[in-house]
Amino acid sequence: MAVKAKTKIKTAPARQTAPPASTYPISSELEVRIRKRFPNPEGTFNLNVHFRALAGFTILFGASGAGKTTLLDCIAGLSDPDEGRIVVGGEDLYDSEKKRNLPAWKRRIGYVHQDLALFPHLTAEENIAYGLRSLSATERTSRSREILARFRLDRLRDRRPAQISGGERQRVALARALVTEPRALLLDEPLAALDRPTKSSLVADLSKWNQDHRIPILFVTHNGEEVFALGDEVIVLDAGRIVAQGPPHEVMRAPRLETVAQLSGFENIFDATVVAQHEDRGTMTCQLESGRVENDAVELETPLVRAEVGSRLRVGVRAGDLLLATEKPRGLSARNILPGTIRQLEQRDVIITAMVECSGAEFEVHLTLAARDALQLAPDKSVWIVVKTHSCHLMGM
Amino acid sequence: MNWQAFWLTVRLAAIVSTLLIAIGIPIAYWLTNSRWRWKFLVEAAVALPIVLPPTVLGFYVLVALGSRSPLGRWWESLTGHTLAFTFEGLVIGSLLYSLPFAVQPFAASFGGVDPSLLRASASLGHSPVQTFRRIVLPLSKTGLVTGFALSFAHTLGEFGVVLMVGGNIPGVTRTISIDIYDQVQTANYSSANCTALLLLIVSFVVLSIVYGLNRRPWAVGPWR
Repeated sequence: MAVKAKTKIKTAPARQTAPPASTYPISSELEVRIRKRFPNPEGTFNLNVHFRALAGFTILFGASGAGKTTLLDCIAGLSDPDEGRIVVGGEDLYDSEKKRNLPAWKRRIGYVHQDLALFPHLTAEENIAYGLRSLSATERTSRSREILARFRLDRLRDRRPAQISGGERQRVALARALVTEPRALLLDEPLAALDRPTKSSLVADLSKWNQDHRIPILFVTHNGEEVFALGDEVIVLDAGRIVAQGPPHEVMRAPRLETVAQLSGFENIFDATVVAQHEDRGTMTCQLESGRVENDAVELETPLVRAEVGSRLRVGVRAGDLLLATEKPRGLSARNILPGTIRQLEQRDVIITAMVECSGAEFEVHLTLAARDALQLAPDKSVWIVVKTHSCHLMGM
Repeated sequence: MNWQAFWLTVRLAAIVSTLLIAIGIPIAYWLTNSRWRWKFLVEAAVALPIVLPPTVLGFYVLVALGSRSPLGRWWESLTGHTLAFTFEGLVIGSLLYSLPFAVQPFAASFGGVDPSLLRASASLGHSPVQTFRRIVLPLSKTGLVTGFALSFAHTLGEFGVVLMVGGNIPGVTRTISIDIYDQVQTANYSSANCTALLLLIVSFVVLSIVYGLNRRPWAVGPWR
């Protein structure tokens, strides 16, 4: 079964930074091993994951449609997996073998969704106290006042969600989930709608809270910056499967897989074959598989890696690292100067995206408006693409 | 102006619309949340009184309440008299007659509650019943008021069912619309007009309240 094959790689517990001195010595751990199939517009979607998350931030990273929200819903008990097991702090929340499936409201998992879902008929304080149903009225008040202060929400206590700003709503939603002292926290893009200063102050509050309450926090995002800002550990999800897991700098800076490369900013990814190695120069020549006849296929000089002639790999190039010239450049240090034709020019904000075809391989190139005008670039114009050897990032296939 | 008939009608409408809150909420809740494949049959049955001629409904209610039906016999053994041609019988007939006017606004407002709020409530440790009480009901206030007012107004003006089930017994089953009919039959037009106008005004006021409430979003509405 596929699960078995995958567990080999994925069961390695999330690596953590040294836990700070904590008033809550017990740290819980979240282990998820689930499969779920469900129909979606493109056919059947298969979620099939196995991972462990220790106390601290674990970033769930992936394009939309990768299954991140479905995964969180399964952990929260709002959606049922087909099979598998979900354990938090030693307790089974879900176990298909034991036929155990704790309802969402008994799981004690905090969940903040992107749409926040604040109760519109309750004030900020009532929203926060909502999850403290089992406590006495006085304790409820003191606990919610405490967290109101902690998240700097005191003055909004009696306001309803409609009467406060977006950033404040986000704070209330977070406080509402945290005040219940959940065993794990699920955050589904809680910062997506916030401006940068609001975002970083919220992240600071959350990190501070996490130092006192060591619980696993699964943080969904498709924003690469948030991965570096928060993550002790990153899990990259693609089409329902975990394709990479590890500390952010390892996963994000050395992308081994196409999904990671795309997410991390390689607009150009080509399948290629190593055709020659030049150990004296520290480079090698790779031929791009562009679908055209072999003899006019594009060849790129790339950094030398340990790969045999004839082996296949992927080359990633950032669109912003490419140069365009209207005449063949001379006296240039860059090793790759390829003739091509502009197929399409498109303006996105202040960036011009040019699609340039070179013997069947299509490159995406990012230019400034000024560059477009100075070079008088237009569709069907012949140009030269300049690619530095060290702008070619090699990835295994 | 027959005040006896007027107050009898108001009493009937108040009892029926109050009972319909209690009966309609569970039915509407079930209709909103059930995934039963034959649910549409129940929906059709609940909506039936909207299209059914009141005489048809009244006829079957009369048969069901009569001493030949199990319900009628059980009531007779309990109280010593039959349900037909009594105020209680009128209440039962009116409950059925006005059921969709309560259930449909209830169900619409329950269904209109953002499902993400229900999910949030569950994640915060509330069972479905607690969630219903603390989130769904408060957010459905206008739907509840609408259902109450519509079934009240609808019961006020009912004629066919009353005539079939209750007959025309002054002080017991003679409602205001039957009174109007009687007055017209005896060519007492000015009295009929007076009563009819009152019914018109009351119905208009009730509906104005309903639409006035629905016009405003609850956040800035009369409940704070």
